[in-house]
Amino acid sequence: MKGVRYIFVLFLLLLSGYAGAAEKSSAPEKVDVKKIIFEHVKDTYEWHITTVGEKHVSISLPVILYSSRTGWELFSSSVFHEEDNYKGFYISYLGDNEGKIVELDENGAERRPLLDLSITKTVLSVFVNALLLIVIVLCTARWYRHHKPENGAPRGFVGIMEVLITMVVDDIIKPNVGKNYKKYTPYLLTAFFFIFLSNLMGLLPIFPGGANVTGNIAVTFALALCTFIAVNFFGNKEYYKEIFWPDVPSFLKVPVPMMPLIELFGVFVKPFALTIRLFANILAGHTVILAFVCIIFITMSVSTYIGTAMTFVSVVFTIFMNVLEFLVAFIQAFVFTMLSSVFIGLSQPEHHDSKH
Amino acid sequence: MSFLLPETGLLFWMLISFGIVFFILRKYGFPVITSMIDERKKFIDDALLNAKAANEKLASVEEQSRKILENANAEQVRILREAVAVRENIIKEAQEKAEVESGRIIAVAREQINQEKEEALRDIRAQVAELSISIAEKVIRKELADNKERDNYMNTLIDEAFSTDKSQE
Repeated sequence: MKGVRYIFVLFLLLLSGYAGAAEKSSAPEKVDVKKIIFEHVKDTYEWHITTVGEKHVSISLPVILYSSRTGWELFSSSVFHEEDNYKGFYISYLGDNEGKIVELDENGAERRPLLDLSITKTVLSVFVNALLLIVIVLCTARWYRHHKPENGAPRGFVGIMEVLITMVVDDIIKPNVGKNYKKYTPYLLTAFFFIFLSNLMGLLPIFPGGANVTGNIAVTFALALCTFIAVNFFGNKEYYKEIFWPDVPSFLKVPVPMMPLIELFGVFVKPFALTIRLFANILAGHTVILAFVCIIFITMSVSTYIGTAMTFVSVVFTIFMNVLEFLVAFIQAFVFTMLSSVFIGLSQPEHHDSKH
Repeated sequence: MSFLLPETGLLFWMLISFGIVFFILRKYGFPVITSMIDERKKFIDDALLNAKAANEKLASVEEQSRKILENANAEQVRILREAVAVRENIIKEAQEKAEVESGRIIAVAREQINQEKEEALRDIRAQVAELSISIAEKVIRKELADNKERDNYMNTLIDEAFSTDKSQE
């Protein structure tokens, strides 16, 4: 108990020291919370890790572009440290393309290059998470390869993985997908662990983590697209019959195909529900945590005393939010997997279901 | 609004990396784990069933052995009882046989004794007759002189002979 108190006091001292330093540098300018938060949750062309004094510590990432003007271009994002404009490409600071690489077209208007396949912060984060996931799962699978059923259940990390896998398979996949669940299990497990791992990595404050991966709509959209493919490409005959010729009174579908249109609309709404839910939850979580951290800097710019007091409050709230986000990280992975399972299950209706 | 528009590049890389992860894990990752978990589940279920069956078998075996023991005990008692009966029977028979045999032997011996006695008596009679004849010869030679006395004596002898014959019968 005593030790905890000492650590706590030391922690507060350190924080107030940092806060003081922050105040010194940012005193003349107003703290722009919106900008700070957006810079953290948005995708960037370099991975800013920290700033020591005046020096920015960041990882420069490769930029890959295809422009109708120059063709394929591959260069490091560090070129923008030296000069603002490289071969006519620059990072926009205003407007719709803020923070993105743009070029000027013939009329002098800003436009995005035709293709921008740059390895951005989020892309690198996706790679790191993907690699980590492969390593984790293959290590777990290795244990299973080297053991027989008679050897009993695993312990330690493999045991945790087994608990999670059994939970996902028995509680989410089996009851929702139905009797064909074995075909979809690898996809749903991959989705669950990818989202869960990305969410957790997003909660880590430093380098390999901290990126807003699942809070980016492109990532969640890609995941939803996979579910969409799983649902619609492997749906059975009954499923398509229910969309284009549902069991409703004929006047609802013969002159004007109202119900089929609604059903078809539903087919495309489902992946959007998946996309927005995951994206919004994680983005909101990141934003709230960052906002609580920003309270320190806002109040510090008002008064050092209030700032110091608020530091304590802010740290408590940030810890609370981090714990909450840990829960959300799991719940969102769970919900995404469950909804995907439900949608897949709906695409495999039993024959007798359509006859009642 | 830029938050709500998916970036092409990110979408591209995300689809590629997620696809690769999915294919690797589908081939080498999750099926290994899930099938092994299923196998273990099956193994545990089988083991439970086997244990139940073994318990039942054990109970029936115990029942059987108990029955066998009971039967053996009953058999033992029966055999012992029979053995006792047989023994007693044998002894009784032997006794009876011995009695009969001894009776027979005694009867034979008695007959033999009787025969021998008869023969001895016959011998004795023959010798007595010879002796009495020789004595009579001697008496006759000696007493021929005195007729009277001889007649008396003859009468006496005859009488005696008659009386001995009568007493013998």
